[in-house]
Amino acid sequence: MSVISLSALDLALAALLVLALAGLTLWARLAVGRSLLIASVRTVLQLLLVGLVLQTLFDHAQLGWVALMAGVMLLIAGYEVMARQERRFAGIWGYGIGTATMFVSAFAVTVLALTTMVGPTPWWEPQYAIPLLGMLLGNTMTGIALGLDRLTQAVWRERRVIEGRLALGDSWLCATSTMRREAARSGLMPTINAMAAAGVVSLPGMMTGQILAGVAPVEAVKYQILIMFLIAAGTGFGALGAVWLASVRLFDQRSRLRLDRLHPGRR
Amino acid sequence: MPVFCGAGRIAALRMAIGQGMERLLDVRALETEQLGPLDLYLQAGELVQITGASGSGKSLLLRALADLDPSRGTVRLMARDRERIPPTDWRRQVAYVPAETAWWAETVREHFPAGWEPDQAGSWLERFSLPDEALDWEVERLSSGERQRLGLLRAFLNRPRILLLDEPTANLDLENTRRIERAVRSYLAASEAGALWVSHDTLQRGRLGGRVLEIRDRRLVA
Repeated sequence: MSVISLSALDLALAALLVLALAGLTLWARLAVGRSLLIASVRTVLQLLLVGLVLQTLFDHAQLGWVALMAGVMLLIAGYEVMARQERRFAGIWGYGIGTATMFVSAFAVTVLALTTMVGPTPWWEPQYAIPLLGMLLGNTMTGIALGLDRLTQAVWRERRVIEGRLALGDSWLCATSTMRREAARSGLMPTINAMAAAGVVSLPGMMTGQILAGVAPVEAVKYQILIMFLIAAGTGFGALGAVWLASVRLFDQRSRLRLDRLHPGRR
Repeated sequence: MPVFCGAGRIAALRMAIGQGMERLLDVRALETEQLGPLDLYLQAGELVQITGASGSGKSLLLRALADLDPSRGTVRLMARDRERIPPTDWRRQVAYVPAETAWWAETVREHFPAGWEPDQAGSWLERFSLPDEALDWEVERLSSGERQRLGLLRAFLNRPRILLLDEPTANLDLENTRRIERAVRSYLAASEAGALWVSHDTLQRGRLGGRVLEIRDRRLVA
């Protein structure tokens, strides 16, 4: 059960397809040819780089290096969450809410899975820890970003109603209950959809990868189920936590709606 | 976690005995980013009008008093400090009614505070010249006059001690304007409440009577 190694020629053939596509878009004046080529080059460089990093990490398997890699991944994911907000929080909160909730949810779930379910020795074995964390971070990132964006947008749009309800003596929890619920739901939807479609509409990437690598399909399926559940838990807890933290931050100790804590919208 | 909306009790604050009887609302050195420091007081049953050029901060003053915007200074209701009253109770007692009232549910009655009394609502409906069925009207179909009267009625059901009225009759015809003026007057008399009324209609100023204060250069002048 060994992998058929891809040669440079194989990759070059695939690259020709992209070049052909770029040629077609140039001919059709779609004006995306340039960004298509740049993106392709980025794919090659970024993946080669991460391949080298992972190879080095596997060769020098030490907890410190694994932790450093995990930390860098978290910080980049936190930046991504912030960058996807149309109205993000001012100051440290803009970066902090997403990063903190990802740290709690994705890290906790990864560590839990490594120590109790997968159980490699040592538990932080990079071959397991890094891909697992990567998949969790990638998905919780999407869920948290969606949930936060939906919350701040909805609160901004409904500010008159929220203040109207506050003025009538409603608590801030009550005045924002529909918006908080909607935001949490939109953070969870992608994961629920992915679980519902798994195996029927799409063959999940990790499972496909394992099967290509020669793992028996049933083994690959078991891993995929585990990952799906971990992702659901990580994304769910992360999105709920982020929506909660953000809605607390939107009000002060006298339950005033503090939209001045958000940056003005972009676009 | 389920949130029970509007479940707070509607309790009238007891008047502190011996002190503050003459001053229902007592504001000292109130300051926000755009206003003040300014002083202001209201007596039970009193209606004070606030005027000023547009952009002078009339709405901001009312919002600060309702504790919807941050402000410094002391604000006392019946000799009790604002900071010692929970914000939800404060806003039921010091009711801010904006020029355009906000509605979020389908029918009118869904916007009423928990524990509202049908008798009370009925008598206010009558005084606002609205039928009893108005409680089940769809918000989408309300005219601006009905919307404004029901918005005020909804605030009355909290039995506030202070009404902060931000141009409540803007864009209304004379008939509806008069109805609202009469209803507010009778509310003040019946509940020993006070009102701050923002208006720049000079005819209305004459009809309403009472003290008139103008906001000029961040301050209130008589």
